[in-house]
Amino acid sequence: MKFSLSWLKEHLETEASVEEIAETLTKIGLEVEEIYNPAAQLEGFVTARVECFEKHPDSDHLHVLSVNDGKEKLQVVCGAPNCRHNMVGIFAPVGSLIPAFGEVLKVGKIRGVESFGMMCSEKELGIGEDHTGIIVLPDDTAPGLPAAAVLDIDPVIEISITPNRAECLGVRGIARDLAAAGLGKLKPLNIKKIPGSFVSPIKVKIEDKAACPVYTGRYIRGVDNKAETPKWMKSRLAAVGLHSISPLVDVTNYINYDLARPLHVFDADKLNGDITIRMAKNGEKFVSLEGKEYTLDDKSLGICDEDGVQCLGGIMGGAEKGCSPDTINVFVECAAFNPVVIARTGRKFQIDSDSRYRYERWVDPNSNVLGSDYAVQLITEICGGQVAEPVMDGEENFESKAAYIRPSRMRDFAGVDVPKGKIMEILKNLGFSVTDEGERIKAVSPTWRGDIDGEQDLIEEVVRMTGLDEIPAESLPHGKFPKQVLTPVQQRAVTVRHELALRGMYETVTWSFTDSKLAEMFRKSDDAVLLYNPIASDLDEMRPSLLPNLLLAVKNNAARGFGNVALFEVGPEFYGREPGQQYQAAGGVRSGMTAKKNWIGDVRPYDVFDAKADALATIAAADGPWENVQITTDAPSYYHPGRSGALRLGKNVLAYFGEIHPAVLKKTGIKQRVVAFEVNLSNIPLPRSTSGKARKKLELSAFQPVDKDLAFIVDKSVSAANIVAAARNADRDYISEVRIFDVYEGENLPEGKKSVAISVTFQPKATTFTDKELETLMAKVEVEVSKKCAATLRS
Amino acid sequence: MENLENIKAEMLASVAAVENMKGWDDIRVSLIGKKGKITEMMKSLGSLSAEEKIETGKKLNVLKNEIEQALEKKKNLLAEQELNVRLAQEKVDVTLPVRPETQGRIHPVSKIYEEIVAIFGEMGFEVAEGPDIEDQFHNFNALNMPANHPARQMQDTFYIPNKKSDDFDDSYVVRTHTSPVQIRAMESRPLPIRIIAPGRTYRSDYDATHTPMFHQVEGLVIDKNITMAHLKGCLYDFVKAFFELDDVPVRYRPSYFPFTEPSAEMDIGCLKSKNELKIGSGTDWLEILGCGMVHPNVLRAGGIDPDEYQGFAFGMGIDRLAMLKYGIPDLRTFFESDVRWLKHYGFTPLDFSSMTGGLNNNGGSAR
Repeated sequence: MKFSLSWLKEHLETEASVEEIAETLTKIGLEVEEIYNPAAQLEGFVTARVECFEKHPDSDHLHVLSVNDGKEKLQVVCGAPNCRHNMVGIFAPVGSLIPAFGEVLKVGKIRGVESFGMMCSEKELGIGEDHTGIIVLPDDTAPGLPAAAVLDIDPVIEISITPNRAECLGVRGIARDLAAAGLGKLKPLNIKKIPGSFVSPIKVKIEDKAACPVYTGRYIRGVDNKAETPKWMKSRLAAVGLHSISPLVDVTNYINYDLARPLHVFDADKLNGDITIRMAKNGEKFVSLEGKEYTLDDKSLGICDEDGVQCLGGIMGGAEKGCSPDTINVFVECAAFNPVVIARTGRKFQIDSDSRYRYERWVDPNSNVLGSDYAVQLITEICGGQVAEPVMDGEENFESKAAYIRPSRMRDFAGVDVPKGKIMEILKNLGFSVTDEGERIKAVSPTWRGDIDGEQDLIEEVVRMTGLDEIPAESLPHGKFPKQVLTPVQQRAVTVRHELALRGMYETVTWSFTDSKLAEMFRKSDDAVLLYNPIASDLDEMRPSLLPNLLLAVKNNAARGFGNVALFEVGPEFYGREPGQQYQAAGGVRSGMTAKKNWIGDVRPYDVFDAKADALATIAAADGPWENVQITTDAPSYYHPGRSGALRLGKNVLAYFGEIHPAVLKKTGIKQRVVAFEVNLSNIPLPRSTSGKARKKLELSAFQPVDKDLAFIVDKSVSAANIVAAARNADRDYISEVRIFDVYEGENLPEGKKSVAISVTFQPKATTFTDKELETLMAKVEVEVSKKCAATLRS
Repeated sequence: MENLENIKAEMLASVAAVENMKGWDDIRVSLIGKKGKITEMMKSLGSLSAEEKIETGKKLNVLKNEIEQALEKKKNLLAEQELNVRLAQEKVDVTLPVRPETQGRIHPVSKIYEEIVAIFGEMGFEVAEGPDIEDQFHNFNALNMPANHPARQMQDTFYIPNKKSDDFDDSYVVRTHTSPVQIRAMESRPLPIRIIAPGRTYRSDYDATHTPMFHQVEGLVIDKNITMAHLKGCLYDFVKAFFELDDVPVRYRPSYFPFTEPSAEMDIGCLKSKNELKIGSGTDWLEILGCGMVHPNVLRAGGIDPDEYQGFAFGMGIDRLAMLKYGIPDLRTFFESDVRWLKHYGFTPLDFSSMTGGLNNNGGSAR
């Protein structure tokens, strides 16, 4: 909401400066967003007298002046048609910043004559629209005075109005609040009641009083809508950002912003019959003044004539029966509407208007006659015409519900003591009717306040007016001692992030949305969680996986010349649209080489085992049973079928890892190999808390472990994990570790076979092993592996 | 044998003249080996008389000892020399770079999360969570925003159709704020309540200062005697701790949120210059959060009797706090995954935040 200082002063008698006004507005909850004060830009601009005025030797319309700026005489070339000898105007010296151009004025040379400055128009100074000529000041104005001191400058203040303060969508409401805050006196409204001289040819009837309790109409005949809107009104409208259109439109806009009172004006000659206010019929059509057609339903309120809905009540007028420059007879509507009906209809048809904005917040339901009178006064002043007797249905008798405030609650709730007398005074100044009832104060709000409902509203009013600064700051008392600030589930997300960063990956945060065209390759459930109103077509689905966005990140970084990347994200994945159908996931991608080319040669492309390591490290960091996971080769189809896997505990999948399928990369537009992992943190079981924190007793053997190597020939399809498990299980007492140290396929081996070499660590317990014991143990391993993996010992 | 002294001098000279281990061994063998000179001399003692044998034997033993010592000394010297030669050969250019290692980074959003948790944890808060996709009851209605409330328009909401209902009011929303966690906390937690709820939030807005997804942290304190003075104290304590300053000028402006009343916005004092923003002093004000006393309707919606319990709530932008504290100029860059940005504005993996170890700069220098 914008307004100019002069407009405010129409309602508020005050000597306060713009700065004081702005400070108070913010203090009472009408937050100032910006102050446009043209005077601030006029430093250096001074009054100056044209002491010589001669024709330019080389131009028909230019003149060469000698200008006295109070200090010296300067030669200036001027083309303004209204410039004359001895006049006084505003002079911009060389070096000043011309507000309209945003440029610094330099010494100019115009058709061979030098010019040391400029005589300015209103527009050039940014204080008005006039640029037909330069500013002409009274002849007796002394030269050398600061421009800001002699010009009629009207600063504009822009404030943001919270939805509860609808009355401040009119300048009068703002003035009233300022007056209550002690910044001046609210002036009485001076609206003339113009009696009607004939009977209104149009009558009104409300069919639905719940939706429209009051409707007033005023017929005016013989208006001239081609008349000029007065300058004061135009400039005030310009201050709020509205262009002058025609007097009839300007008047309704002006009253809308002056009193927060919407109005509508029909071209009475276009109306067919009387006005009926009724709910539209299902399927009834309405064409708005913006030319858009709407198919209404029976919850939309229409202002209708015999032809149908001519105005969507309280929201927008129709195209057909509105005013044009040729309009002669008008019918002025001023009505009260139910905010819920307005809000619903506005929302349903997505129509935004100044009128809807006010009605759905609150418009004083007892201001219809007042608004109508004001409109009639302004219209007849500007456009002439004879006014008919008013017509009206419904009664202007709205009464606000009483609210109560206990003065003790100021201390016990707001934290600041305010005496009862002061509370009553504040409320009275805001227009409440207050009654002292002893323990409590009864307060009936003025009808322009639709937001007062209970004690908390009254407390807010008092706090607002006394100032939040009056409330002391008091540290929170010690509460109960929390067991742990972060739950174990929350903490493990933190640990996982740090672990992955320690592993050299950069944490990123990507949108929870992704592109459904990519997401469809990653969905793990049937439910594609598509947004009804996405902000962009490629951000239209709640991501089923972290990977599409991470892949796009790889692509974008590669496009910037950074092909070696390792990125991870910890965040939600969505498997359904119901609240709670989401997992917390940790996922990452690596692409390119492990490092840039370097002298030590420690460089290789990232491969599936990097992703697997990331996945295992993530499970470990999340305090999950990473050593007990089973590794299966059934990763989803967006992975390379032969270079991917799942880490699971039975049916419960903790993680997938692998190379991304080339077809997925192609669809994403990535030209390099990417390995990825995703851990479902929600699926990692929490460690059992029953076992306590004490660790198992450490049993140390006095004897050195013995490492023995064995190589097996197996089918290529036999997985390494099975060989290790078989060897490990050959003897649970004495075998402490099994490692694979070589995998070989190729020459010297039968077709379809591979050789897997393992190193088995035997740990003696009570005594050292005899050769015989060792042989027996190794034989056990050989038998077990041969049996479980169809293996033969490689000689 | 008379010129034993001469022999000794000769032998010592030959030991001294040795140049390498090979030569040393040859000399050792030639002097004290099985057929060495001294060994031979000792063998020849047999031909002497008993008296001479004792006397000469003594002298020869002394000689042998001396020669052995000389040999030992020479051996050590040679070993040292040879080691020095080897070390000189083994010299590498230590100015060469080390094996490549990458240090990862923690995203600023996660960093601020940890800082906020550390500070409010110190004040007795626990961390609560709620889903990103919400029903309208939790996101709006329970927060005193019924279907046609104009405040709903302030939040450009993303909707997700509800498969079970065609009524638009039944559709789900992607939460527009973290405030629904207030309701979920009231529904599920015992009183008194002291929680913060950090998380992702979403609004359909995308320009220089808005992104369709951003992060908020909600705070909620419900107890019997909590007043607006505690609200001010709690937030004042927070901003001082967060910006790591002894004092931060703060200003509260009355504002409006449907779920709190009285409501306020909090500004902190700062100095804005062309390229810099300095928090904690100066003449400018910067809005950092919204807050207020929990509206009785909200308490009721959460199943709490407003005649018995009262409290305050606040909400602030995590991304914005990151921008202010760490001088990150553009919100949109937070979500672009540009590795240059992540490396520059991210935090080292050892940079854990705590009130004991410090909120930041305890993770060592970035590599």
